[in-house]
Amino acid sequence: MATIGVNELVRLDGVALGYEGLVALRDVNLRIEPGELIGIVGPSGSGKTTLLRSLVGQTEIFAGDALLADDTRVGYVPQVETVDWNFPITVEQVALLGSWRTRRWLPWTSRSERNRARVVLRQLGIADLLHRPIRALSGGQQQRTFLARALIRSPDLLLLDEPTSGVDIKTRHEILHQLASLNHAGVTVVLTTHDLNGVASHLPRLIALGEETVLADGPPSEVLQPDVLERAYGQPMLVVRSGHETYVLPVPEEAPGAHEGEAIPAGEIEVIAGPDHDDA
Amino acid sequence: MLEPFEFGFMQRAMIAAALVGGVTAAVGVFVILRRLAYIGHGLAHSIFGGAVVSFTLGVNFFLGASIWGAFSVFLINQAARRRQIGGDAAIGIITTAAFAIGIAVISRARSFTRDFEAALFGEILGITAQDLWMTVAMVLLISIVLFLFWKQLVFITFDQDVATSYGIPVRWVEAIFSLVLAATVVAALQVLGVTLIAAALVIPPVVARMLTDSFPRMFLIAVVIGALTGFIGVYVSWFVDVSSGATVVLVQAAVFALTLLWGVIESRRGRSATRRAERLAGLERALND
Repeated sequence: MATIGVNELVRLDGVALGYEGLVALRDVNLRIEPGELIGIVGPSGSGKTTLLRSLVGQTEIFAGDALLADDTRVGYVPQVETVDWNFPITVEQVALLGSWRTRRWLPWTSRSERNRARVVLRQLGIADLLHRPIRALSGGQQQRTFLARALIRSPDLLLLDEPTSGVDIKTRHEILHQLASLNHAGVTVVLTTHDLNGVASHLPRLIALGEETVLADGPPSEVLQPDVLERAYGQPMLVVRSGHETYVLPVPEEAPGAHEGEAIPAGEIEVIAGPDHDDA
Repeated sequence: MLEPFEFGFMQRAMIAAALVGGVTAAVGVFVILRRLAYIGHGLAHSIFGGAVVSFTLGVNFFLGASIWGAFSVFLINQAARRRQIGGDAAIGIITTAAFAIGIAVISRARSFTRDFEAALFGEILGITAQDLWMTVAMVLLISIVLFLFWKQLVFITFDQDVATSYGIPVRWVEAIFSLVLAATVVAALQVLGVTLIAAALVIPPVVARMLTDSFPRMFLIAVVIGALTGFIGVYVSWFVDVSSGATVVLVQAAVFALTLLWGVIESRRGRSATRRAERLAGLERALND
């Protein structure tokens, strides 16, 4: 019987997992240490959400060992697309759902719980939306509301499913900044994303899924490689590195040699506009 | 105007209708937010089957019908989990099958057909003091369960997936809710009858939903509307000489129609106010230019 290591929060050993008897991922070996910030990437249907949900015990484990360190408090933020936006509930009421365990046999919440909710909502910059129904929120505000529900229980491990999906660039930046702050405060963060350029390339560790398994696990410089991406997405991908920035682009059919992962010839990339290109 | 209050059977009927109206509305809030409005209709028919079987076996009506109803909801939940079947189809199959068992038993033993006309259409004016106490006990029991499992039920109703990951024993809470729903339908059977229970489960919560965006407020409004319309429905039935169950539902339907009308008028007012504000802003811009 496998046991979890002292410095491990999550450990998956040779795990096969899925739903309703169907295997979605197999041979998954994974270690997550406290304080990590990890992105799970891969095409639609590659098992990103399934892997995330396996960490909160919501999938079937067909083989191997899936272990979570004892007394780990997990905060889970689902995709906003799965939420019933017509449900009559306010921002404060959503946040307070996260603290259902305290005084669980009483229907009302205590003043200290409400104060805690207000502190968390203030930290996330949505304290002024306390009594607003959730259907009246913007995409970014919705994400923050569900983040508040996860944070109100002071999680050690925060799991987010596509936290930047459907939000504009500025909001995406703000959400990532908030997640980085939480991570600096000691919260282990694992998120799924389909945004390789705007999100994944900025994370310290990536897990790439494809072909029903983990194809690569490591820093973006190791994971965002043409061969890994081609296996994951089933089509050739260009990987462009410029300083600390990495960009992934689908290969146009007429780009000769690019599918082999060769560098793009100088002069083929033009920066249209930017802060250092006033003359462009 | 006070004539109906002079008779014991009317007093019992009005109290029972208010209690049952309030509790069906309370449970109905969870039912409609789970988009299971159809289950009330189906379950009432299913429990009718249970009532017939209980009568035939000589088992207490409340006990037998509650167990039958809870078992039906359990089967519906199990069947609905299979993607090939789906919730609506599961309700349709299981509740009509349970109803059909009742019809089959009746057709074999025609002697008690009249008793079950009361179950089909309600016979609130025939409620005895003992029936009323039984109804009070059922309503109290349902209220206690809703009180104790409030947080869990709200979380599951809103976001079942996340509720599981936050440690709520979803299957247990769902099973308890199934029992509560079955008990509610049983309690309402004598007051409203099989054919009208679905309306009492659905109308007050829907009206409350139209009036608020806050869950606790929606719950309170639904309970008040359910209890008041129950009471008023029986009271009015004295004067109009119409079946009490039907009058209760017609009063609820009238409240629904009025709320809908009010909503339409309000939204038109809101739209014309916005148009006026836009016109004024346009004029102001033109003047400034």
